[in-house]
Parts: sequence; structure tokens; C-alpha cells
Amino acid sequence: MSKELIRLVNCSMAFDGELVLDNMNLYFNDSEFLTLLGPSGCGKTTTLRIIGGFITPTSGEVLFDGVRMNDIPPHLRQVNTVFQRYALFPHLNVFENVAFGLRIGRTEEKEVNGKKKKVKVRIPQEEIRQRVLEMLEVVSLKGFENRRINELSGGQQQRVAIARALVNRPKVLLLDEPLGALDLRLRKDMQSELKRIQQQMGITFIYVTHDQEEALAMSDTIVVMDQGRIQQIGTPEDIYNEPKNAFVADFIGESNILDGIMHEDYVVEFFNRKFKCLDKGFAPMEPVDVVIRPEDIDIVPKEQGQLRGTVTSVTFKGVHYDTIVDFKGFKWLIQTTDYHPVGETIGIILNPDDIHIMHKSQYSGMFGDYSSYSEEYEEMDDVTMLDEEEEGSSREDGHEE
Amino acid sequence: MKNRRPLFAVPYVVWMALFVVAPIVMVVIYAFTTAAFDPTMNNFTGMGTYLSIFTRSFELALIATLVCLLIGYPISYMMAKEGPGFQRIATVLIMLPMWVNFLLRTYAWMSILENNGLLNQFFSAIGLFDLINGLFGTDIQYFRMIRTQGAVVLGMVYNYLPFMILPIYSVIVKLDHSLTEAAQDLGANSVTVFRKVILPLSLPGVLSGVTMVFVPAVSTFAISRLLGGGTHMMLGDLIEQQFLGGAYNPHLGSAIALVMMIIVVICMWVMNRFGEGEEQAVML
Repeated sequence: MSKELIRLVNCSMAFDGELVLDNMNLYFNDSEFLTLLGPSGCGKTTTLRIIGGFITPTSGEVLFDGVRMNDIPPHLRQVNTVFQRYALFPHLNVFENVAFGLRIGRTEEKEVNGKKKKVKVRIPQEEIRQRVLEMLEVVSLKGFENRRINELSGGQQQRVAIARALVNRPKVLLLDEPLGALDLRLRKDMQSELKRIQQQMGITFIYVTHDQEEALAMSDTIVVMDQGRIQQIGTPEDIYNEPKNAFVADFIGESNILDGIMHEDYVVEFFNRKFKCLDKGFAPMEPVDVVIRPEDIDIVPKEQGQLRGTVTSVTFKGVHYDTIVDFKGFKWLIQTTDYHPVGETIGIILNPDDIHIMHKSQYSGMFGDYSSYSEEYEEMDDVTMLDEEEEGSSREDGHEE
Repeated sequence: MKNRRPLFAVPYVVWMALFVVAPIVMVVIYAFTTAAFDPTMNNFTGMGTYLSIFTRSFELALIATLVCLLIGYPISYMMAKEGPGFQRIATVLIMLPMWVNFLLRTYAWMSILENNGLLNQFFSAIGLFDLINGLFGTDIQYFRMIRTQGAVVLGMVYNYLPFMILPIYSVIVKLDHSLTEAAQDLGANSVTVFRKVILPLSLPGVLSGVTMVFVPAVSTFAISRLLGGGTHMMLGDLIEQQFLGGAYNPHLGSAIALVMMIIVVICMWVMNRFGEGEEQAVML
């Protein structure tokens, strides 16, 4: 289908003896929008910087079109980067910022009179002008050529940074949390803008973010990372609907995760009750993690419910209510548009396609309990984990090998 | 809150009036009067006599500033690239000589540069003079270093170098490293990164360094007397003579000081105009 551009083979990276990237294997295809998603410290920015050439992996190989690139410095790589805080040149105006890369001559090997010679190739002024103006139009900054950088808003600076990188016609554009500094409204606008630019230019975007919504909205492929390891690779739909372990289920959207036992194909038991599900291929009586998304749960009168619980808290979220329900001491998050007051006993119904089964992993039991709902997000960034058993199922279709 | 602000400013206003404005006013008054405080322009009309001292002062100050820049910039750049521990030690080492009295430092240079000073003794000890005399049939016993313009420039460079290094260093050390990475990312090798990013962004530091070296260097005294042997009189010495020396004439001294001040102000103004764009950019 699409051509492979970049491949990381067994890449590991350690800073001061601490492993930041653990044996990463990943490839990037031509003209895809791939997002590296994970909490801070998961190794996503490190991966990006390895591709950009700013750091060299401690071990492993970086291949561009099959050629080893480990020791090639950034200025000789055919990738360009949009930096986290733009890193625009404050002493140059918008035009000169964008023209920066074009004005730098490139040395090329050429045959002159039968001898190989290094020749400095410069792009003619008129071509530079044209390409810069074209690119400013792509990022909707026509007429801003002579502005100084400090006269621009955050969103405009962002666009200059993108134009400055894209004008060099890189094969791959690296974006390091480029929308992190923008406010919500602008971020949403820029998301669709970025997606449009990527499709228009037809090149590969490798995008780093910790914002799962952003990742879901823009990506062709999402690589979920944690602890320097790839947790799952897939399309946004795959990642959301078929999370591979408790970490992914919890990081992407909200999830209720509970212990269950897989009796046979399509039958899972939890809360001492058997439920029909759509999953198969587990060992008989295998302990599993069961994921139930809060928006999939239907609240019914208690008499009709498969399970019965008591509402312990309700938060209005605009479109829906976040309702926390206590089922025998285990608290679930349920998102509904109907209001159920605290103290009410309700019933719920789970359809087979509401239930998703995962193998047990190092993350089992760490996420998916809403007993301490509000603190959950803060805690997530600084969980320290013990050594875990290698997961057999991590070799899958998609990008990992 | 707003009403209280002028109150806080009072001490500064008094300070400025007493120690900045009043002396300048006095200099102006002295410059335009005779010893009996009658108004006169005579102090200025005779200024032409000192033209050679003016040109020498500005020339030597300019050379000293350039030498400071040539030595100071690379040092600042390298310092800024090192780790914080190195930076702290280097800063202290650069400041250290300034804790020793200015005159003492200059006397030290005298004893180093003298005809039978430390340096010449060292050269003779390693047999340099014998070698030269043997090769060229000359008969030199020492290099003449003291009482030259070179010695005066050396003295100024030594004394004012920290004022060049520190402002440049503090600008470079604050430069966002991601700018360097961005330039590399766009295809710039290390020479281009320096030429197109670091150098232009460090210009404000260069400008203030140049100012901080040039201004005191123009008006310096003692250095030329001690290291230049009095044969290379500079403006500072000339003015000093009018106030403390045998040629006692504070009115002429004030006039010379005033002219010098005006020339320096014009120099600074031109330079700051030149650097204005960069200055603004770094404010970002």
C-alpha cells in the first residue's frame, strides 16, 4: 500500500543510566499522520528527537529509506521539525523566518570534468520568494511577510513555525506538542488546519502529544506509549474500541476496568454473573480485565437491570452527566444525558458490544476504579511501576514488529 | 496604590539631582566661565591645541575596545556553552582581578613590562636575546614594552575586559537552545548557526559590552601615565592636570570634559541606533 519511509530498529535510549526508550521498533509510512501519544516521560519526545537527529540512540538503528542514519547530524536530514514553543528567530521577520532554510545553500556532489566535486547549490532569490509566499498562503498568513515575530499571536507564530518547516519540502514533518501553548478554541481550529495541510502537502506528519482527544481527531495511526515502550498501535477507532491493556483503556477516554474470568469464547464472568461478549480466543477460565466505557452503559429502572447500584455523585458536564455509581463497593463512571440524583438505586444493562475483554497486564488493577475520581488524572503521571512480564500479544499487525 | 508611587521615587529624584544633574550643571557653568566666573568662550576656542590628545584618546580607546571584543566574545561564547559549574568558576575568575585595586593592578603591569621587568628577565633567562643577537648580530638586552602605546592598550584591555565578557556572556547564556536546534533542523551547520542566529542575537550584549569598555577607556587616566610613561597623554590625564596638576585650571578642564562627554554621547547614540532592531527583537 503505502511506502515505508523511516524505521526504528531496537532503539533504546538512556539518559544517565535511566532507560527512557526501551527497545523500540516502529516504522513510519509515506504520507500518513502518525501520532505518538502518552503521558509525560513516556519517551515520545525522545523518539521524535531521535528521528530529528538531535540525539543519537544508545543502541539500535534509525533507518531512512533503509539507510542507517544514526550518525547523520540534523542539518543533513530530510526531516523538519515544528518545535514545542515554535523556536522562531526573533531577529527575523515572518518572511525571513520562513526563508531561513531556503537561504542556506546545500552542498551536493557533482561531476565536474569527470571529477567529483562538492558544489554549493543556492536557490535563486525569485524562487525563494515564490516558495515562501506560497507557503504563507497555505498556512493562511498571506500579507504577514513583514511582521515581526513578537507582533504575532500564538496561533500565528504556530503557523509561521509550520510554514518555516514545510517550505523546505521535507519528506517528514515532526511536530512536538505544537498546540500545547494555545488556548482550547485555537487548538481545535489548528487541529483541523494541521490535518488539512497534511492532506494538501501529502507528506508524513509525526505528531507528539499527550492529549488523547487531539490524537483521536487528527491521526491515521496512533502509537500509545508508556514507560519507554509501545503499548498499542492502531487507528484511532482500534485504540478506542479495542484497547490492548488497562493503560491504553484508561489513557484513551474514560474506562471502567474490572477483574473478570473468561469462561469460554463469548462468555465472561464478573460480579459473579455471566455476560455475553464479542471476544474470543482466551484460555478457558483465564483471568482478564474487562473494560466498559462509561458512555456505553444504559441506565434502567432497578428492577430491569442486570446489575444494581447506588448513585454516589453527579457532575454536570454540559453534554452529559458524569454519574458515579457504587456496585458492591466498586465505583463506576457512567455518562448519560439523564439525571439521576445521589442516593437513587439504579439498574444497568450491558449489551455484548459494550464489553471489551483484555489480557491481564502489568497495568491490571491500577486503573479504571472511580473511587477517587478527581485525583485520578494527577496520579497518572507519576505512577512508578515494577518490572513486568513481557507481553506475548504485543506482536501484532500494524507498525510494531 | 497609584498615589503612593511618586513618594517612593523621591529618594531617587533627590539622589539623581544631587549627584548626577548638579555636577553636570557645574561642569557646564565652569566650562563657560573664567576664573572670576565671567562668561567666556575662551576655554573652547583654545581646544585645538589638544586635538592630538583627543584623537589619541579615541584611537587608543577604540583599539582597546576592539581587542576586548576579539578576546571577550570567544571567551563569552565558550563559557556559555559549558556547564553551570564551569560558568560559576569562570565568572569568579573573571571578576577576581577587579577586586584588586585598579592602581595596584596597573603597577603590577609596570613591573612586568619594565626593561628589567619580569617578562624581559624571563626572555633573557630562556636565552631568547642571545639567540636573536646570535642570529642577527644585534645587541639587544631587552624588549621595549613599557612606555609604548601598546602597553597603554594592554593596560586598558586588561582592566576593562571583564566589562566586555560579562554582558556578552549573559546574553548568550540566555539564548533559547531550541533556536540553535531549529536552525540545525533547517539545514544550518554549526558555522551557519553561529553566523545567522547566535551572532545577531548576541549583538545587544556586544553593544553594551562595547559601551562599557569604550566609555571608561576614553576617559581613562593613570594607565597612560604609568604604562605609557607620560609620553602618550590621554584625555583623562589632561583633565586630571587641570584639576590636580601644575596646570591648575578647572574651567579649561570642565570644557575639555564637556567636549569629550558630547563626543561620547554622539558615539553611543549612533551605535544604539544601529543596534535598535536587534535590541527590540531580544526583548521578545
